[in-house]
Amino acid sequence: MDIEIRHLTKSYGPQKAVDDISFAVRPGEILGFLGPNGAGKTTTMKIITNYIQPDSGEVLIGGRSVHDGSMKRYIGYLPEHNPLYPEMNVIDFLRWCAEVQDVPREHIPDRIREMVRVCGLDREKHKKIGELSKGYRQRVGLAQAMIHDPEVLILDEPTTGLDPNQIVEIRELIRKLGREKTVILSTHILPEVEATCDRILIINRGRIVADGTPETLRRQAQGQQVLRIRLEEADPDEAVKAIMALPSVASVDLVQAEACRIEVQSKPEATSNRAIFELCKERGWVLVEMVPFETRLEDIFRNLTMN
Amino acid sequence: MNKAWIIARRELDAWFDSLVAYIIIVAFLAFSGIFTWIAGADIFLRQQADLSVFFGVARWTLFFFIPAITMRLIAEEKRAGTIELVLTKNVTDRDFVLGKFVASVLMVAIALACTLPYYATVAMLGPVDHGATLSGYVGLLLLSAAYIAIGLFASSLSNNQIVAFLLALFISIFFQFLFDVFADNTGGWLSRLFDMLSAMRHYDSIARGVIDSKDLIYFLSVCFVGLALTEWQVGKRE
Repeated sequence: MDIEIRHLTKSYGPQKAVDDISFAVRPGEILGFLGPNGAGKTTTMKIITNYIQPDSGEVLIGGRSVHDGSMKRYIGYLPEHNPLYPEMNVIDFLRWCAEVQDVPREHIPDRIREMVRVCGLDREKHKKIGELSKGYRQRVGLAQAMIHDPEVLILDEPTTGLDPNQIVEIRELIRKLGREKTVILSTHILPEVEATCDRILIINRGRIVADGTPETLRRQAQGQQVLRIRLEEADPDEAVKAIMALPSVASVDLVQAEACRIEVQSKPEATSNRAIFELCKERGWVLVEMVPFETRLEDIFRNLTMN
Repeated sequence: MNKAWIIARRELDAWFDSLVAYIIIVAFLAFSGIFTWIAGADIFLRQQADLSVFFGVARWTLFFFIPAITMRLIAEEKRAGTIELVLTKNVTDRDFVLGKFVASVLMVAIALACTLPYYATVAMLGPVDHGATLSGYVGLLLLSAAYIAIGLFASSLSNNQIVAFLLALFISIFFQFLFDVFADNTGGWLSRLFDMLSAMRHYDSIARGVIDSKDLIYFLSVCFVGLALTEWQVGKRE
C-alpha cells in the first residue's frame, strides 16, 4: 500500500509544526525522514497514524483516508520514546498487541514466535518489559509494530538506544521489510539514512527542504566536481597557472604551497581528472594524490536546516 | 465491544498479577467490615436481620476507593505515553474508555462479591429480606458505576494520578452529599433540581428495596455523561 500525504498542516498555537507538506511513498521504498529536533517529524508521523488530526490536508493509505481510523490495522507504528507497559512480560504483551490488531486467534502463537525470532528476543521473552535493557525494549517496540504483518511501517527513531551490533541487525531487518512494505523512518543519525533508506526527505520548521536519493541530494548540493590533488617535482605557482588554463577547470585554489596541494573545481557538468593527468605527464610532474571531494550528508543537512 | 473487552482484560490482569487488586479488596473489606460489624452503627443492635448498615457504610468506602481504582487508568497512560501506543492500534477512543470502565466495574463487583459472607451471616441470625438485599447490591453497583465514570473523566483530565484522585473526589462529593445539602437549603425548582442530581437520594431509595426506573435512568445517565466527557477529553489528545 502506498502512502500519500497531501498538503498537511498542523499548528500548535501560533506555531506551525507542519506546514503544507506533501509527498508520497511507494511499497518497496524506505523513506528516511530527516530533520533537526522540533522540525515536525514526529507530528507528521502522529498524523499518518491517525493519533492526531491535521488542521488541514489529508493522508491516504492505499488510496483511502486514514481519518476515520479504519486504516489503522494496516499500519505498524513505533512511537517516539517507545512507550510500553513495564508490568507486562514480553510474550503477554505481544499476544495482547496481536489481539488488538485483529490477528486471527490461530495465527497468534506463530506470529509471536516469528517476532521473537526476528527481533532476537528469545533470551528475554519471559521477562517483564520493565526489567529489560533499553536495547531489548527497543526490540520489543519493533516487535509490537510488526506483529500483525502490516503493509505500512512508521518508525520514529527505531535505532535509539541500540548498541552498534544491534543497530546493524535492526537496519538489516528494516531493509528486508522495506522490499515489500512501505516504510517511513525518522532519525537524526545521518549514516543511518544512507545505510537504510532509498530516499531522503529533509524537513525543517515544518517544511520539506529536500527530497531525493542520497546521491541526487549530493549532486544537487555539490553542483560542480571538486578534486584535491597533490603534486611532486612541480613549481606550485606554475602548476596553478597551467591547471587554470585547462578548458574544463573553473577555479584553482592553492591550499598548501610547500606540499603543493591544490584544490580544483571543474566547470558545471565537466570533469577534469583526465586533463590533469595528461598535463602532469606532459610536464613531468608526479601526481601523488587525486581525491574527488564529496559533499557529506552532514554538510547538506546543515546547509538546509541552519538558518 | 470485543476490543473494549481486550482492553479491560489487560487492566484486570495487571491488577491481579500485581498486589493491587488484593490490596484494594482487603482494604475495602477491612473498612466496610469494621464499620459494619465492630465500630459505628452496630449491626447487632438493630434488632433486625438486614444489611442496611452495610449499605450505608459501603456507600462511603466506595466513595473513597473508586477514585483510587480509576486515578491511574488514563492519567498513567498519558504520562507514560502508552496511550499513543494503544490508540494507534486498531482501537477506537470509545473502546479504550469503555474497556477501562468495564474493568473498573468488574473490579468493584469482585470486591462487593467478597462481602456476600456478610449476607450469609445475617441470614443465619434471622429472617432476611432477600429482595431488599439484592436491591441494595444493585444500588451499590449502580452508584459505583457512576463514580467510576466520574473517576475516569478525572483521570483523563490530568497525567498526574494524585491530581486525578483528588479531582475525582471533588466531583463525586457533590453527588455523594453536597447536592443533597443544596437541595435542603434552597427552595422551589432549584431545590427540586438538586434533589434530582443527588446520588444519595436515588441510592437510598434503591437501598430501601425499591428499584424505580427513575433511579435507574439517573445512574445510567451519570455513567453516560461521564464516559462521553472522558471520550471527548481523550479525543482531544491533550
